[in-house]
Amino acid sequence: MRMKTLVIPSLSALALVSTLTVAPTVSAAEDTAALIEEGKRIAFNRKKGNCLACHAIEGGALPGNIGPPLVNMKERFPDKAKLKEQIWDATRANPYTIMPPFGRHEILEPDEVDKVVEFIYSL
Amino acid sequence: MKKLTKKLGILLLALPLAQVAVADVSPEEELVKFQNYYKQKFPDVPFQDFANGVYSIDPASREQWEALEEFPPYEIDIEEGKRLFETPFANGKSYADCFENGGIGIAQNYPYFDTEKKEVITLALAINRCRIENGEKPLKYKKGKIAKILAYMAYTSRGNTLDIKIPNKDALEAWKKGRQFYFSRRGQLNLACAHCHLDNAGRRIRADILSPALGHPTHFPVYRSKWGELGTLHRRFAGCNKQVRAKPFKAQSEEYRNLEYFLTYMSNGLKLNGPGVRK
Ligand code: HEC
Ligand code: HEC
Repeated sequence: MRMKTLVIPSLSALALVSTLTVAPTVSAAEDTAALIEEGKRIAFNRKKGNCLACHAIEGGALPGNIGPPLVNMKERFPDKAKLKEQIWDATRANPYTIMPPFGRHEILEPDEVDKVVEFIYSL
Repeated sequence: MKKLTKKLGILLLALPLAQVAVADVSPEEELVKFQNYYKQKFPDVPFQDFANGVYSIDPASREQWEALEEFPPYEIDIEEGKRLFETPFANGKSYADCFENGGIGIAQNYPYFDTEKKEVITLALAINRCRIENGEKPLKYKKGKIAKILAYMAYTSRGNTLDIKIPNKDALEAWKKGRQFYFSRRGQLNLACAHCHLDNAGRRIRADILSPALGHPTHFPVYRSKWGELGTLHRRFAGCNKQVRAKPFKAQSEEYRNLEYFLTYMSNGLKLNGPGVRK
């Protein structure tokens, strides 16, 4: 019992040390880039976000025009949490909205919502 | 001008959606509001043209559609439908015996509310009840023989004006249930029929332009390229329910009959032009 609790923290401490020592900024940027890329795939996938059904998004062909084009998102949403809320459950901001509640109705998994948020935030 | 129409749109939209729970809506007033909404949204579309669905508002796809209508893929279905319609049952009677005017040119009166049975009778239901009364098995409701018979009956009714009545309180209840259905969110995607065909009619959902609800029931059954065959109105209802990941109701269920009653009433004044052809 005691052995176990000793071994596990030491392993994770090791992992922590290695990420800290091996060029932390580059790998963080790479992580974000990877998240954005994954978020984009989820957003464009017809069986997942299918955001292009309603929004013009850079890099997406034949978008619909039910919702506004998704541009300048950092200006529109200085607070990332608000952006997440819009995607998680758009009915909070507008009870009559046509935009599906991607998080609340489990159309996307929570981590998929987070990735989509990263992608949309990068626009 | 653009700003004004946008404002108007929002006003009118919020209205029907917000009113869902209100008990005392009047069909007559609602009909005027509903039809005016589309007339204002699409001021260049002549009223009767709404019977042409999305092609009434999209000149680009209209050309292809008009070309299709010159050699319509449903023509052979009308002929087959006529043959089925005229073939006597085993007891020697036929469909003509079940309907007013021998079943010719009567589709504009369907669906109607049967005040004794207290339910909505669609033409498809009436066809199967006719069969059952005459000792025949009912037909399946979404495609096949019934769609062909409906195509023939629609064809003989072309040019007749929709005139759906709400004769009493029970009928009003059925209409209200249909209306409630139309404005209710459904499925994992949480969408109501009204979101797509009322609020956002004319906008593009991906590459598809959303058609106005006004005119939806005038041209059924339709030959859809996607189906590669004829299908009934309730087949389309089920398709639009599945699209939002909702469990569809059965064709000719009470829910869909009430929905058809509401939707067809709202198109009163339009001329029938079925069967139709769609993508
Ligand atoms: C069926 C239509 C539809 C779909 C699908 C849809 N949206 Fe929307 N979206 C809208 C509409 C309409 C609005 C306008 C505000 C409102 O009504 O909620 C909107 C607003 C937004 C906004 C706020 C824009 C702003 O500038 O205020 C964001 C961000 C957004 N959507 C992201 C997404 C993402 C990400 C997806 C896919 C995962 C998505 N939407 C899918 C219809 C849709
Ligand atoms: C997510 C959007 C969406 C929703 C919600 C939706 N539809 Fe549709 N519907 C479409 C699209 C797209 C089409 C094909 C293009 C067109 O004609 O609008 C269509 C077509 C139709 C048609 C055939 C139109 C024609 O001219 O032949 C009917 C009828 C119809 N819908 C009824 C309904 C009903 C009733 C509901 C609710 C139960 C509903 N729709 C919900 C998107 C939707």
